[in-house]
Amino acid sequence: MWDVEIRGMTSAHAIIAASIFMATVIPVVLVDNFSVYGTHLVWLYSVACSVAVVNIAVFWLLGISPPTKKNTLNYKLSRLIRSCVYFVLSCLFFHAVVVLYGAPLIESALETFSLAVLLSTLTTLRCLCILGPNVQAWIRVFSRDGWVAMSVWDTSLQITSSCSIVGAWFGAFPIPLDWDRPWQVWPISCSLGATGGFLTGLLAAPLWIRWHRKQLTYKLK
Amino acid sequence: MKRLPILLLLLWLCSVFYVGIFLFVGGFLLVRLEVNRTSSCADVLPPGTSGNRDFCLKEPRFRRAVILIVDALKADFARYDPRNTLPRPFENKLPVLDEMASSRPSHARLYTFRADPPTTTMQRIKGFTTGSLPTFIDVGNNFASSAILEDNLVRQLGQAGKRVVFMGDDTWVSLFPGGFHRSLPFPSFNVKDLHTVDNGILQNIFPILEGNDWDVLIAHFLGVDHCGHRFGPDHPAMAEKLTQMDGVFRSVIQRLQNDTLLVVLGDHGMTDTGDHGGESQKETDAALFLYSSSGLLLAPSSQVEPEVVPQTDLVPTLALLLGVPIPYSSMGQVLLPLFPLNTTLGVPLALSQEEALWINVKQVNRFLETYSNMATDIPADSLWHLRAHFSQLSSQYLSSVHTGTPLPPALVVSMQEYLSSVRETCRASWARFNPVKMACGLLVLCGACAVCYVLSELSSVVLRAGVLKPAVLGGLAAGLAVAAVRLFALGSAEASWGLGAAALGSELLFLWRTWRACPRGRLSPRGLLTAPLLLLLLRCASLLSDSYIISEGRVVTFLLFTLGVYVPVCLNWDGFLVPAPPADAQKPPGLHSPTVPPSTVRRESTFLLVCLSVLVSCLYLSLSFHNCREEQGSCQPSAFLMPLSRLQDSRVRNVHYVLSLVALSAWAFLLHHWLRHYGNLNGSGVARFSARCLLPLASVCMGLHWAVSAAPEDSFRNLAELIGLARVVMPRVSFGLLGLGLLLLWLDPLMVYLKSRGPPSSGGPMPPPRYRASTGISPQAELHHLVPQLYQRIRQSLEDGSALGAESDGRPAVEAYGLGTVYSAPLVLLCGLLGLMLLLLHPEGMALAFLMLLLQATALLHLHASTCTLSSLQSHSSGFSVPWTPVVLWSLAASQFFHATGHLPTFPSIQWGAAFVGFPQGHAGTVLPASLVTLNTFTSHILFAVACPLLLFWPLVCEVRRTRSGRSVAGEDGDDVAMEMKLRENPQQFSSALLQLAVRYLLVSGAQVLASVCAAAFLRRHLMVWKVFAPKLMFEASAFVVSSVFLLFGIALVLRVDVAVACLFHRLLPENSR
Repeated sequence: MWDVEIRGMTSAHAIIAASIFMATVIPVVLVDNFSVYGTHLVWLYSVACSVAVVNIAVFWLLGISPPTKKNTLNYKLSRLIRSCVYFVLSCLFFHAVVVLYGAPLIESALETFSLAVLLSTLTTLRCLCILGPNVQAWIRVFSRDGWVAMSVWDTSLQITSSCSIVGAWFGAFPIPLDWDRPWQVWPISCSLGATGGFLTGLLAAPLWIRWHRKQLTYKLK
Repeated sequence: MKRLPILLLLLWLCSVFYVGIFLFVGGFLLVRLEVNRTSSCADVLPPGTSGNRDFCLKEPRFRRAVILIVDALKADFARYDPRNTLPRPFENKLPVLDEMASSRPSHARLYTFRADPPTTTMQRIKGFTTGSLPTFIDVGNNFASSAILEDNLVRQLGQAGKRVVFMGDDTWVSLFPGGFHRSLPFPSFNVKDLHTVDNGILQNIFPILEGNDWDVLIAHFLGVDHCGHRFGPDHPAMAEKLTQMDGVFRSVIQRLQNDTLLVVLGDHGMTDTGDHGGESQKETDAALFLYSSSGLLLAPSSQVEPEVVPQTDLVPTLALLLGVPIPYSSMGQVLLPLFPLNTTLGVPLALSQEEALWINVKQVNRFLETYSNMATDIPADSLWHLRAHFSQLSSQYLSSVHTGTPLPPALVVSMQEYLSSVRETCRASWARFNPVKMACGLLVLCGACAVCYVLSELSSVVLRAGVLKPAVLGGLAAGLAVAAVRLFALGSAEASWGLGAAALGSELLFLWRTWRACPRGRLSPRGLLTAPLLLLLLRCASLLSDSYIISEGRVVTFLLFTLGVYVPVCLNWDGFLVPAPPADAQKPPGLHSPTVPPSTVRRESTFLLVCLSVLVSCLYLSLSFHNCREEQGSCQPSAFLMPLSRLQDSRVRNVHYVLSLVALSAWAFLLHHWLRHYGNLNGSGVARFSARCLLPLASVCMGLHWAVSAAPEDSFRNLAELIGLARVVMPRVSFGLLGLGLLLLWLDPLMVYLKSRGPPSSGGPMPPPRYRASTGISPQAELHHLVPQLYQRIRQSLEDGSALGAESDGRPAVEAYGLGTVYSAPLVLLCGLLGLMLLLLHPEGMALAFLMLLLQATALLHLHASTCTLSSLQSHSSGFSVPWTPVVLWSLAASQFFHATGHLPTFPSIQWGAAFVGFPQGHAGTVLPASLVTLNTFTSHILFAVACPLLLFWPLVCEVRRTRSGRSVAGEDGDDVAMEMKLRENPQQFSSALLQLAVRYLLVSGAQVLASVCAAAFLRRHLMVWKVFAPKLMFEASAFVVSSVFLLFGIALVLRVDVAVACLFHRLLPENSR
């Protein structure tokens, strides 16, 4: 049982990581003068889109999403709309947080918002996929009790989300340095940090779960 | 309650820190030996032909000289651009210089004159009279300039029998006491006074110039510099001042005779805000203008003109032109274009270029030899190179003189190279460190931080075991032993080594004894791996990089924000933030008590999030009060930093004034409201008097003072006297009122109102409290803040042993108002008074930043209190210990508001204006202005350090809210409202928690000092060391000293209150029931 779950998660994570890689490589062919630093926003949105698509596809195919009580179309539609609203709200929330952290308020607002979109994709979208539009559940997942309560996917969600945010946080560190490198320009280092953190999380989650499988007592579905 | 041990421990800890800082700074700051020898006309410089004197061997070119020094005459001011049709106030205002230089190119010349840092006036006067290079340590001497001991131009001129007449800046008189034939000094310290010095000079200069009682006339104008300090260069007053200077130059030039040389020079430049002291090009580049009606430039114009003239070069040039010996320790190089080439024989009296250079080279070589005999700080190999270069030069020169062949032009270039390389070598090696002292200081500081950590973990153990006495005695013994050994071995005992040994010895003994006394397992290094300490580590690491120091204000805000967000995330991780889910019931019980009502938790969490948002918005808004370093290119200093009198738009001025007033009244109102809310304003007493009357009165005075000082000078001419008087009286009155308040608070810190009540057996309703009518608080709120049951409960607990109950005894019971906040109320009042006092020293716009400070501090306190409440609601922890997170937050907030009140860790950004608040005429001594400037600079450190004990009290103060909300469910209300009286019930825990809090705060500040010490030590050859790291170290160390002193002050006040409370209880309790 354990091995199956872990193996499934590892392969899902591998697919997501591969999609990020593809999102970096494919635009080189399609877009003129593409580079991660030069046309950063193109890269950023390509990564965000591919992560979003692959996440939704993987979780929909694997059927990880929480069981729905009603199966009517109306209910599903309302769920979808609520999910979209939550996603937009989370983009705005991340934007506000990033501005409060010291990002410029008016100039390069587009860049800041793009970073917010990327962060939402890496964290909120996965929450939506795994837990559905239920903020209470999200909050509970990020607590010690949530840790023991839920499935292996919740652990993975915890690890990848916190790794992305911490990565973006660390990404802000090189900005004040006087090295004059192209990747120190706002928001390149932060978005690279967030992506790097996310990839680290994808790698770390299966390893961590495997390492701690004795301590973890999931309620099996 | 162990009062004395706490104070002694903290004192010892602070002094250990001070010793460490003292040792390190003593080894780090540069020292240059002064060579106290003088040159004379009879000198024969080493490789000369015997008997031929070197200096003064020919008639001087000029018999007389007029030297006009215009303080802060920036290079830009002197330029003239006829195409500029819309000049700014400081542009194109000195056309005479350009006119002369272009119309009579052989008579006048304008150069850029580059000063060496530090660009403060006294250092510059030293530089262009002695010709030597300044060192960093001289910076602090600007207030009390003492006589120059090294050989200098003024002394040489006097020895040569020239009559030197001086007028202007009185710094000169203290630098050259008795050096002038005649002197007319005018007071220089008052930066706001633009005209006294200049008008004094103008009244005297022309009669003297036309008379015959002078040979060298030195006039030092200060108006331009003061105008820059007061208004900045971009202000109409600057245009006025520069135009006045232009007129002065013109009339001086008209009166010059043929044998007279005119030198106009600026001692340094200024930044765009009118300040100076640093080493940016704007500050170092001044103007130098030379003119003589008899012809000045004798070299053919084909010769290369120097682009920039270093300031030291003026000394040998002037000396040789005036026919006096070059001062002994001058490092300068003669300005070649002013001397004729050997081939031009038109001027037989003058020194030729080669001769002048040769004398210059020999003089510098003599100085180098003397200096290298005295001190060993010039590296041997570069000294060897310089010697070889010199002997080659001298053999070439002498051989060509012997054979009578003209000197090869390459020799002139070679001599110039020699002079520049000597200058560079000296400049590099006068960065001399004492590595042993530095290492010792570093070691002592590390030990002090370790002691802090151990003490913060084991405060109760240490208090119980009494570890301090043997440690201090042992340390003293070690120090004395080291001093004695050095005395016998070396014959001299330097105090610093003994101090270092004493500090290190006592630290080691303390650690060892604590280790012995401590129970196993209490101390583990894993305790260091918590988030707040890791964040502190990041903060310390950021001090090792110049980029992070340059943007320090933002870095600290970033870290604070992170730690603030960490608080609810951590609470959520522990499951305290949201009420336990109903699904919990299915889980195995015992995780936490199910009695906690979800509504309480929810309300508390909402409150916590509200506090967090207040904190975050304060953090964000505080970014708009920052000042700018010169390294930050595209940065605009905050508009609120400008004093109102400098704002030219009257509407903006009014808006700023109203905003400041609103902030000021909000500050006073919030304080008053808090004190009234907790019942500390009832009754009569001196402390209440200061809260009720002095605080508002002082605020009114401050508002009036701002209005008066904002009034433009020329608008109320008929009221000028009154305004002048008000400028002196208003701030002094507010200082007096606030000082009186502080004194009264210290004398009687109890803000408790006792009301005797008839025996409750009479059964009547409780008499209405006296203050209801005046304040209008609801009776329900009163019930919570009266704390009537409290005193009775304490008495009952004390009377447990006595036979009779108090109530049945018929003895009158007592109501005590404000007993719940007996410790925190005086502290809050103290901070309020201190804050107003410090606000007075700042520009008016900073009132908003101060309000932000108050709000943020309150938000931090409430955040801490809610965290405590939430975690104690569900896990029932006891004890008053303050965890690391709030302490680190508190200390980082001090650094944040250092920046958000417009300060920067650089010397030019010190707000000197603070010294003139209430003293617009300047000062007689130096202690008062220095302390005012210190208070201004470290305002936020002072406020946060004094308020530090509030972190301990606040969770108890906020207990009321919790019980009020908890009462609806749990019935055990009355018992809980003990608030700060809990501390009196557990004196042991109180003392250890107080000690722990203070030590933790010290550790957080001390770790930052340690980090900047490490930065200065490891990066001492870094390019930025004198620009970034050394000033940062000085500021961080001074901030530590100031905040530790005020922390001790705050702790002492708490202990004072404790004594007073003990006395109160002593007095109230009848003898027999004790």
